[in-house]
Amino acid sequence: MAAVTRQARVARTVILLVLGAFFLLPLVAMAEFSTRGTGGTRSLASWAAIVDDPDLVEAILVSVQLAVTSSLVVLVLLVPTMTWIRLRLPALRRLVEFLCLLPVAIPAIVLVVGMAPLYAWVNYFLGDSPLTLTFAYAVLVLPFAYRAIDAGLSAIDLKTLAEAARSLGASWGTVLLRVVVPNIRTSLIGASLLSVALVLGEFTIASLLNFDTLQVRVNLLGKRDAGVSIAVSLLSLLFAFALLFLLSFIGGRRRDTAVEEG
Amino acid sequence: MVAPVTTAAGGADKASPGRGPGRSWLAWLVVVPFLAYVGTFLVYPTALVLAGSFQDSDGSFTLDNLVDLTRGVYLQAFLRSVELSAITALLGAVLGALLSWAVAVGRREGLLRRVVVAGAGVLAQFGGVPLAFAFLATIGFQGFVTRFLRDTFGVDLFTTGAWLFELPGLTLVYTFFQIPLMVIVFLPALDGLRPQWREAVDSLGGSSWTYWRHVGGPILLPAFLGAVLLLFANAFSAYATAAALVSQGSPIVPLQIRGFLTGEVLLGRENLGKALGLGMIVVVGVAMGLYALLQRRFARWQR
Repeated sequence: MAAVTRQARVARTVILLVLGAFFLLPLVAMAEFSTRGTGGTRSLASWAAIVDDPDLVEAILVSVQLAVTSSLVVLVLLVPTMTWIRLRLPALRRLVEFLCLLPVAIPAIVLVVGMAPLYAWVNYFLGDSPLTLTFAYAVLVLPFAYRAIDAGLSAIDLKTLAEAARSLGASWGTVLLRVVVPNIRTSLIGASLLSVALVLGEFTIASLLNFDTLQVRVNLLGKRDAGVSIAVSLLSLLFAFALLFLLSFIGGRRRDTAVEEG
Repeated sequence: MVAPVTTAAGGADKASPGRGPGRSWLAWLVVVPFLAYVGTFLVYPTALVLAGSFQDSDGSFTLDNLVDLTRGVYLQAFLRSVELSAITALLGAVLGALLSWAVAVGRREGLLRRVVVAGAGVLAQFGGVPLAFAFLATIGFQGFVTRFLRDTFGVDLFTTGAWLFELPGLTLVYTFFQIPLMVIVFLPALDGLRPQWREAVDSLGGSSWTYWRHVGGPILLPAFLGAVLLLFANAFSAYATAAALVSQGSPIVPLQIRGFLTGEVLLGRENLGKALGLGMIVVVGVAMGLYALLQRRFARWQR
């Protein structure tokens, strides 16, 4: 867009400055608040307290593990199913799409109402490890993973690739792991990064099913020591930003290759 | 897509699902794990909520739960939720559209755009509890801005009460994640506007105003209205921020449901929580359904 008028340029600058200030102010405030010492001094005590709190460290580890397991479960569920449906069962495509996008229309706070009795069973059979939250989280990230993988599969000529591999004697497993997965790997990475960010930020389901995850712990800590909670909040926001910033480069590259392929 | 060979191959594949009945039965087997999983962890809990809304505590059919939604505190909670969602959806949509435009006229692969898009993703989707603490740090009783205004200008932010922990505070914090969501959904729509359209208007002597009034605006309108609905649904479903900010009372529906889950309930009326859930699904479902319709209408203008 070369023809941007002077008026438009002024308007653009004003919008960026005002909204930029609106969004940066709370972040600056968090940095200021979390570095307050006694009597108007600066101190990193709140930040140091993050690693000194074994419960908090434990909760962070739980959330990181959940992020990994949930991403894996959703990929293992979706990639074979979506590939197979495109190749052999196109009649089911509508149904699978509907099911995958359904969590968008069902608020997490409502889902957890129905999940509470279900988790009584899950915890009876599998123990009450917080990692059982994986089941709920895989559902939560379903729409996001579905969209990413769907875009990936649409960008390749799946039928030709699969037929070529099959006619050379590859099994379906080989087709999936050595043909499909490498070809849509950027989508898979994108889906995983998004899932990781969502799981690390999740609060609703974990707190109402009484599991100690990062956000639950942060919320609890806030009642006692706001400084530490604010430090962890800022840290987790910055970490999520780093993940999504990384994602923007992956997304960009994928678009480029799609253009090259025509 | 491009090569006719592909279409031919695709057609042949479609024409021969009959590689023997045994094979097609096996083909369905591949989908079973997915359907079983989604059935257990998505469809079953949802069905439980829906069914529970129509049952009393003994499990027999009743409409009492739904009738109760239409009066007293529950009706008020719904009205407040709708009000909060509508206001923040409109604010978010207008401000978010402006921000999207400011970003869209810049370079496609530029740093500004990357930072805004990544930041928007974080605030819109990661959000929740950290956002509540962000605002506590800013305009809480000991917040950065609160202190600054008090020490420098002698202004007290809280003369009208603890508004940050009530509906006005929720409106402010919700807007903080609604604007970013608008950027995420509206930026692709702005990218869909072709520069040729603008050039056509310019070469025919039209002004900026002509372009937005007769070309850009009408094309973007369905996308904008759809985004308002999506933002509405987003605010209506949001729980984490409100839960972290409001610890006393349950002004909005998600917090009412929290009350039912943490056991602050009238004995024998546990299923009222499920009816509240049903009410939320209906409101969000209608908003998302209309959103999908508007999206389809807008898609005409994109390749």
